[in-house]
Amino acid sequence: MTPDDFDFISKLVNERSGLVLTPDKAYLLESRLMPVARKRGMKGLEELISAIRLRSEEDVIRDVTEAMTTNESFFFRDIKPFDIFREHTLPELLEACAGKKSFRVWCAAASSGQEPYSLAMVIKELGSQLDGWRYEIVGTDISTEILDKAKAGTYSQFEVQRGLPVQLLMKYFEKADDQWRISEDLRKMVQYKEFNLLEDPKALGTFDVVFCRNVLIYFDQPTKGQVLERMSALMPSHGKLFLGGAETVLGVTDKFKPISGQRGVYGVADATDAKPAPAPAAAGAQAAAS
Amino acid sequence: MKSCLIVDDSKVIRMVARKILQDLEFETVEAADGSEALDACKSQMPDAVLLDWNMPVMDGLEFLKEMRKLPGGEAPIVVFCTTENDLDHIQVAIEAGANEYIMKPFDSEIIQTKFAQAGLL
Ligand SMILES: C[S@@+](CC[C@H](N)C(=O)[O-])C[C@H]1O[C@@H](n2cnc3c(N)ncnc32)[C@H](O)[C@@H]1O
Repeated sequence: MTPDDFDFISKLVNERSGLVLTPDKAYLLESRLMPVARKRGMKGLEELISAIRLRSEEDVIRDVTEAMTTNESFFFRDIKPFDIFREHTLPELLEACAGKKSFRVWCAAASSGQEPYSLAMVIKELGSQLDGWRYEIVGTDISTEILDKAKAGTYSQFEVQRGLPVQLLMKYFEKADDQWRISEDLRKMVQYKEFNLLEDPKALGTFDVVFCRNVLIYFDQPTKGQVLERMSALMPSHGKLFLGGAETVLGVTDKFKPISGQRGVYGVADATDAKPAPAPAAAGAQAAAS
Repeated sequence: MKSCLIVDDSKVIRMVARKILQDLEFETVEAADGSEALDACKSQMPDAVLLDWNMPVMDGLEFLKEMRKLPGGEAPIVVFCTTENDLDHIQVAIEAGANEYIMKPFDSEIIQTKFAQAGLL
C-alpha cells in the first residue's frame, strides 16, 4: 500500500467512524483489509482500494470501516464498574424513577453483547424488586456484523470464561454443542440497533444510564467532546455515564463531572458545575468572594 | 503473599499453572492427585486450590469433599480446572463446595479473571 493510499483510507475511516489511524498502524490496516478483499473475491488491496477510490462503492467502504474497529469485549469487564452499577447506580435509579417506574440504559459501543448482557444479569438479579417496573437496555454499535453476534447471544467456551462468574453461567446460559447460549429471557431484555456515535443520538430517546466504554479511546479529542456532549443532552439530571478504564471526561467536556469514590462513573453536570466564564466580570466576582 | 495449591496429574499443566500463578504473586504448592493434595492441606491450608477433576488415586471431587471436612478446610477458595465442560459437572462441583470453575483449555487471562471474581486478587 502506498503512503498515499494509506492517507486516503485512514481519512475515510476517520470520517466514517471517528477512528484515528496513525501511520504506524499501516501494518494493521493491511492485515485487516486483506480478509475484506478476499471475502469479496478481489485479488488484493489494490483492487479493494480502487473500488473505493474510483467507484466509491458504499458497501466496500462500510466493510473497510467495520474491519478497522476493535471489537474485543468481556463479560463484566473490569468488574468494578458493574459492582458500582449494582451497589450505587441501580438503587439510586430506583429511587429517582420511583414515580414513573421505568428506566432506560444505553450501551453505546455494545460490540458482541457482553456488556449489555452483563447489565441485564445485574438487573435481573434484583428479582421481585423490579415487579411492576418497565426497563429497557439498548445496545448500539457501528458494526452490523458484530451486532448479529450480539443478537444471537452465543459465545465460545473461552468467551464465557472471561469475566463471567460460574454462578451466572449456570443460571443464565445453556450449552449448545460446544457453544454457550444466553437465555431467551436475557436476550429479550436487550434491544440492538445500528448506530454511529458520530451521528446525533436524539432519535434513540432519553437514557438514565449510559455505558460508553472502550470506544472513545479510538477518537480524537474534539470527537470525544462532541460525542459526550450529545449524550449529556439525552440524560436527566440523575443520569450516570460509565467510561472505560483509560477514558475520562476531564479536559474533554464539562457536561459531566466525576463522582467521588466511583472510578469511571460521571454524573450530569448542572449549571452550578459549569466553569465560570473567563470574562473579567467573573474574575472580579471571584476576587470579591475571597 | 497468598498461597495456591495446584492439583493436577499432568506435570505440564502444573507447570503452566504455576507460571501463571507466580506471575499473579501466589506462592505455589503442587500435588499430582487428591490424596497428595489432602496431605498438603493437613500440613498447611492454602488460601486457594486450583483443582483438576479426573486424577488417579483420589479424584478432585472426592478431595474437595474431604478437604472441606478438615479443620480450617472451609476457608480455601477452590477453583475447579477440568476438561469436564457441561452444566451437570459444574453443578455437582459447586454443590460440593467449589467456588469457581474453569473449563480447560485455559490461559492466564481466564485464571486471572476467575481468581479476581472469586476474590483472590
Ligand atoms: C473495544 S469494543 C468495546 C466493547 C464494550 N463496550 C467493552 O467495553 O467491552 C469497541 C466497539 O466500538 C464500536 N465502534 C467503533 N467506532 C464506533 C462508532 N463511531 N460508533 C459506534 N460504535 C463504534 C466498534 O464496532 C466496537 O464494537
